[in-house]
Amino acid sequence: MGKKKALTGALLAAAIMTVAGCSGRSTASGETAKAPADPADASGTIKVLTHRTDLVQNGTMAEYAAEFNKTYPDVKVTFEALTDYEGEVKIRMNTDDYGDVLMIPAAVAKNDYPKFFAPLGNAGELGGRYRFSDKAEVGGKVYGISTFGTANGFLYNKAVWKKAGITKWPATPEEFVGDLKAIRSRTDAVPYYTNFKDGWPLTAWSNNIGSVTCDAKANDKLAGPVSPWKRGGELHTIDSLLHDIVEEGLSEKDPNTTNWEASKDMIAKGEVATMQLGSWAITQMRDAARKNGADPEDIGFMPFPAQKDGTYCAVLASDYQQAVNIHSGHKTAARAWIDWFAEKSGFSVKEGAVPALKSASLPSTLKDFVDNDVTFVERSEAKTGQVNAIDNAAEIGLNKPDYRQKLVDTARGAQRGSLDDFFADLDKRWNEAAGTAGS
Amino acid sequence: MTETTHTAPAKVPRATAPPPATGRRSSPPRGGPLRRLTPWLFLAVPLVLLVTFTYVPVGNMIYYSLTDWDGVSPDRNFTGLDNYEQIFTRPELFRVFFVSLYYLAASAVQIAIALYFATVLSFDLRFRNLFKGILFFPYLINGVAIGFVFLYFFQDGGTLDSVLSWFGAGSDHAWLGDPTSANVSLAGVSVWRFTGLNFVLFLGAIQSVPAELYEAAQLDGATRWQQFRHIIAPSIRPVVSLSVILAISGSLAVFEIPYIMTAGATGTTTFVIQTVKLAFQFNKTGLASAAAVVLLLIILLITWIQRRLVPDEKVDLV
Repeated sequence: MGKKKALTGALLAAAIMTVAGCSGRSTASGETAKAPADPADASGTIKVLTHRTDLVQNGTMAEYAAEFNKTYPDVKVTFEALTDYEGEVKIRMNTDDYGDVLMIPAAVAKNDYPKFFAPLGNAGELGGRYRFSDKAEVGGKVYGISTFGTANGFLYNKAVWKKAGITKWPATPEEFVGDLKAIRSRTDAVPYYTNFKDGWPLTAWSNNIGSVTCDAKANDKLAGPVSPWKRGGELHTIDSLLHDIVEEGLSEKDPNTTNWEASKDMIAKGEVATMQLGSWAITQMRDAARKNGADPEDIGFMPFPAQKDGTYCAVLASDYQQAVNIHSGHKTAARAWIDWFAEKSGFSVKEGAVPALKSASLPSTLKDFVDNDVTFVERSEAKTGQVNAIDNAAEIGLNKPDYRQKLVDTARGAQRGSLDDFFADLDKRWNEAAGTAGS
Repeated sequence: MTETTHTAPAKVPRATAPPPATGRRSSPPRGGPLRRLTPWLFLAVPLVLLVTFTYVPVGNMIYYSLTDWDGVSPDRNFTGLDNYEQIFTRPELFRVFFVSLYYLAASAVQIAIALYFATVLSFDLRFRNLFKGILFFPYLINGVAIGFVFLYFFQDGGTLDSVLSWFGAGSDHAWLGDPTSANVSLAGVSVWRFTGLNFVLFLGAIQSVPAELYEAAQLDGATRWQQFRHIIAPSIRPVVSLSVILAISGSLAVFEIPYIMTAGATGTTTFVIQTVKLAFQFNKTGLASAAAVVLLLIILLITWIQRRLVPDEKVDLV
């Protein structure tokens, strides 16, 4: 009797709390987070949520904050670094408490930006000043400013490539595979390292969309039932290259036990010849070279092996963008930090990445690209929201490791099936999802 | 395999019957309302904890499973049973249960090993406490740490390869390289980890058998095998049957070890890993919640069938 009553009571309480938990979110106004006209106008304590645990731990972020305080003495900046940034922030965004400034998590649908972030200004005004602002543009307003951008390509050890007798960048995927074969036969190095286990380096392959045909709108064009993996499509070229590298046995033996931290030392020491990464990684690999007593200048960066009218192209894509929490009580101070960080902090220079500010020059890490007349195209983000919606609905994950891990497994024979079937299946899922989620 | 450390509420049948009824029966309500209230006051704290951390989340999960929520957006639409319909009409979502068969086979091995050692160590043996410690030790280690340790263990040229090469059996095999080998390796890690738990359960049951029985059996000239067959085996039946339930539900809900070691790559995705990916990679929190509810129901069903097939009979040896 008592047992039953207690259970009923518990369930009732549960039901009540469930309902209570679902309502009760305060609504916030959509006023613009304006930059302070005078530094003295910005005051208060702001909390910045960041994924850069390394920079918070080694005090670099605190140094930026101290520098920031020279201009804005009344603002106190605190940092909260999250190792699982995406996972934790996503859950915290169900409350009002997600810092004053935060990196826009990839999980937030673009159309939801106005519900979470304060607008920073009109697209026309900010778009002229900053790169990548269209990535956070909803309804003519911009909600985030990029911390920095990167170009994608292949990091390679120049000494190893030279030892294999290769002096110029491959111009086609076939040449690229041929060069890797030369490396295998003439040196002891592993020609290509997938970083399969850590997964995210595989996702970076998607950032080459656009580099193949030199089209800034290549990513936007995926919004719809367009069979992205059809022959001649960008993704077909990109993923076929990865497939061929693995199928020819040009990658490491056991992909499931790769190690990102160790891979830095391996490429620095010339044990690995090539890795597909963003330009942000160049600085880290050069540091690793210094640490291992190798020549940092041996770390080179080459564009995706495809040319249009005789020139290479490299797509510039934005990293995380900083936004102001719509529930923040110190929007002016938060905005001051974002502007300062993008323009005056020198963060992108230090990271060797492409600055968000249009007037700033390209970093020295991309010198090889500039010298060899690689065309830079800034990726258009006009339809990113739609592309992501299709991508999620199809459960493919262009920016998730899973499907490329499966591609690698197929290529090395660990999973049955041919490449054509694999692509056909992806196309089918994409097109079906586009019917329900797209447009 | 048998993940008892963080079993969801309904995986193990809860036997925590709140005892107010007995309290009332044994002492008639003579002391007025306060007297009647006292047991409830004692119960308040555990009940609040139980409701807050078990029933509310489960209630929320069931509610989410009826929506198309993406996990972040403040808006969600009620979609009825649509998510459940998807789960039952998309065969690829169920195919991952095949991976559980590896772990199920491993649990059988695990129970056999644990039973063997529990029997051997229940007899008077030199260093038996040391051996008990060694066997139980892996269970005390954090699952994430185990994942990392074994990642190095299986690495190309890692611990396993070097040990094998000492015996001249060195091979060039990539242990996590293909689905069969990877799943067997992962299931092996699972056996290593959870044998200790089964072992302790069995040992406790065996030691609760009165010593006179063994003595009497020995006087009658029973061998060790006969002692096991006729004294130990029947007396620990309830514990074995509990272990089997835990093994089955554990095999269906494997998560930690494959998630840390391979993140579900190379055909090692289990149902729970798939659920996590749906929720946190593809932002389909609604569908993932429905998958979790389905898993819960499957485990309840299996437990129920198992209880019907092997009813809990009272063991009486004396």
